[in-house]
Amino acid sequence: MSAVVQLQEIHKTYDSGEVPVHAVRGVTLDIAGGEFVAVMGASGSGKSTLMNLLGCLDRPTKGRYLLGGTDVSDLDRNELADLRNQKLGFVFQGFNLLARTTARENVELPMLYGRRRFSSKEVRDHALRSLDIVGLSNRADHFPSQLSGGQQQRVAIARALINDPQILLADEPTGNLDSKTAVEIMGVFQKLNEQGITIVMVTHELDIAHYCKRNLIMRDGRLVSDTAVAGRLVATAEMQKILAAETEAKLTA
Amino acid sequence: MRFINIIKVALRALRRSAMRSILTALGIIIGIAAVIAVVSIGNGAKTQVEASIASLGQNIISVFPGNFTAGGVRGGFGSASTLTVEDALAVSREVAGIVAVSPEMNDRSQILANGLNWNSQIRGEDVNYLDIRIWGIAEGEMFTEADVRNSTKVCVIGNTVATQLFQDGDPVGQSLRIRNIPFKILGVLTAKGFNYFGQDQDDLVLIPYTSHLKRIARRPNLNSILIQAQSPDQMARIQQDVTDLLQQRRNGREPDFTVRNQQELAEAATATTKTMTFLLTVIAIISLIVGGIGIMNIMLVSVTERTREIGIRLAVGAHGRDVLTQFLVEAIILSIMGGIIGIVLGIVSSHLVNKFVGWPVQISTLAIGGAVAISTVIGVFFGFYPARKAAQLDPIEALRYE
Ligand SMILES: Nc1ncnc2c1ncn2[C@@H]1O[C@H](COP(=O)(O)OP(=O)(O)OP(=O)(O)O)[C@@H](O)[C@H]1O
Ligand SMILES: [Mg+2]
Repeated sequence: MSAVVQLQEIHKTYDSGEVPVHAVRGVTLDIAGGEFVAVMGASGSGKSTLMNLLGCLDRPTKGRYLLGGTDVSDLDRNELADLRNQKLGFVFQGFNLLARTTARENVELPMLYGRRRFSSKEVRDHALRSLDIVGLSNRADHFPSQLSGGQQQRVAIARALINDPQILLADEPTGNLDSKTAVEIMGVFQKLNEQGITIVMVTHELDIAHYCKRNLIMRDGRLVSDTAVAGRLVATAEMQKILAAETEAKLTA
Repeated sequence: MRFINIIKVALRALRRSAMRSILTALGIIIGIAAVIAVVSIGNGAKTQVEASIASLGQNIISVFPGNFTAGGVRGGFGSASTLTVEDALAVSREVAGIVAVSPEMNDRSQILANGLNWNSQIRGEDVNYLDIRIWGIAEGEMFTEADVRNSTKVCVIGNTVATQLFQDGDPVGQSLRIRNIPFKILGVLTAKGFNYFGQDQDDLVLIPYTSHLKRIARRPNLNSILIQAQSPDQMARIQQDVTDLLQQRRNGREPDFTVRNQQELAEAATATTKTMTFLLTVIAIISLIVGGIGIMNIMLVSVTERTREIGIRLAVGAHGRDVLTQFLVEAIILSIMGGIIGIVLGIVSSHLVNKFVGWPVQISTLAIGGAVAISTVIGVFFGFYPARKAAQLDPIEALRYE
């Protein structure tokens, strides 16, 4: 398959502090459609910075980024916004949900800013379907403050999915979750990936990375490793194991 | 984003800090209330003045003693009164285009009749006075030219005097005593009610001016001269002619009289309302500006507080324009709500002014529409800068904002 994401010698330098921080130092990377990539690396190695660049939230200081063949540095603010809205789904490291706004309304948000106008009913139906994918349709009317960390994370994923993006970008989607919920989320991702969505996610945990197809490792703003995953874990199977272990624990107790 | 959603988000944001929103709108509330009150009072005054101008009679010019137009110390009505009957006769004789002239005398005095007494206005006028004032006789008749010529002790009384002194029985044919002089009552005037100043126009005793000069006032000078012109377009010319004639009669002495037309009299009458209207207008403008700045301030605070929210909206695909509209709509809603509360407050306070100060008020729908327009404009004008600031935020920086 052709590359949907092409990074060529990408650099990002933050000039805001006293000394400029060179967070990404020349990353060259191709990601083909249908791939499922995990980005790993130590804290501060530039993973989030790279994700923000991939998500067209930030512009590279140097280098070329081709998304689906078009150079995003040629696009203006509004064109980038439309790109984020239509082609990309972004799950932030810290959820970034609107407070005092229900789960459903949070999920609806990207649809409200779309080019196409939908009726309230269409928007609501889409949001509920999206929440259903992450298994949260029964919490649609809850506010973020009434949801657990894992549930908030899933609302954020549902929001990223509502406009049927081609690429799902997730910055530590399982960072705040217990291992069972993490496996659940990976199950969702694997299912979405099977449907053809390209996924790039950041994770610290090696076993989570094993649910993906390809692992990248960053160090000091550079890609230092790029390997295909051997012995890939399947979330549904792992879930069975966890449930079996749970029942056994209950029986013996 | 659909407009209904924008409104929903705006209302939710405003409700979240309801107290703050109300306090912010206070400037607009006061400003708009003042605008409504100004227009209501102004309108009421205008209608009343028009009515009282009409009740003065048509095409009226008055001559008063004392000079109000020259600089220096104001004499005030009646000070050094030097208008004479000869002046009045000269005007009547020499100025063209005049229908009627009535030399006027005016005093207050205690009157007695039927064993009752009453303090009333004693007016000395010529026979044509009732025609000039478009006033009718309800009962009996007016005194005649012969009565004026002979300074007869006869009178025509106003409706109030009739009801006060002759509770039972017809006053016509009876007599009343003014300063112990008996006057025979020839007729009773039709009721005219209160004038713009709140004076009872029916509380008067009308006698020939000659009788007044000779028997009541016992002085040679008139209080004023009432002149009626043939048509409105001759007013200015007649005013000038009267001035010239009287000046000529004074042989180069300082002018000691003032010639005013109906319109000028009415304007003098509304001077207090005008001052009040001016003050209220100033208050309105100041509070609208202060209110606008308040809205700008609170919108800036709101933009800062909601930086992350703006970041999220931009991140999921909102254009700068969407964010701009969002905050602009919020500012407009804020000021329109202030405007509506202000309109209600303005109407209520207009009615209170009417009730307790006694000024006539008239609420105008035009002013209400104008008030809504003004508050919208204020919302747009003062909301634009904060809204643009929000729209120009960088998504990633906004998301990082703590
Ligand atoms: N807005 C910023 N201004 C200045 N420096 C920044 C900014 N954002 C990130 N950095 C710096 O860039 C480097 C990379 O940060 P980044 O957030 O990409 O790390 P990360 O790999 O995501 O780390 P973590 O695993 O802790 O999330 C760090 O040294 C960080 O201090
Ligand atoms: Mg990070």
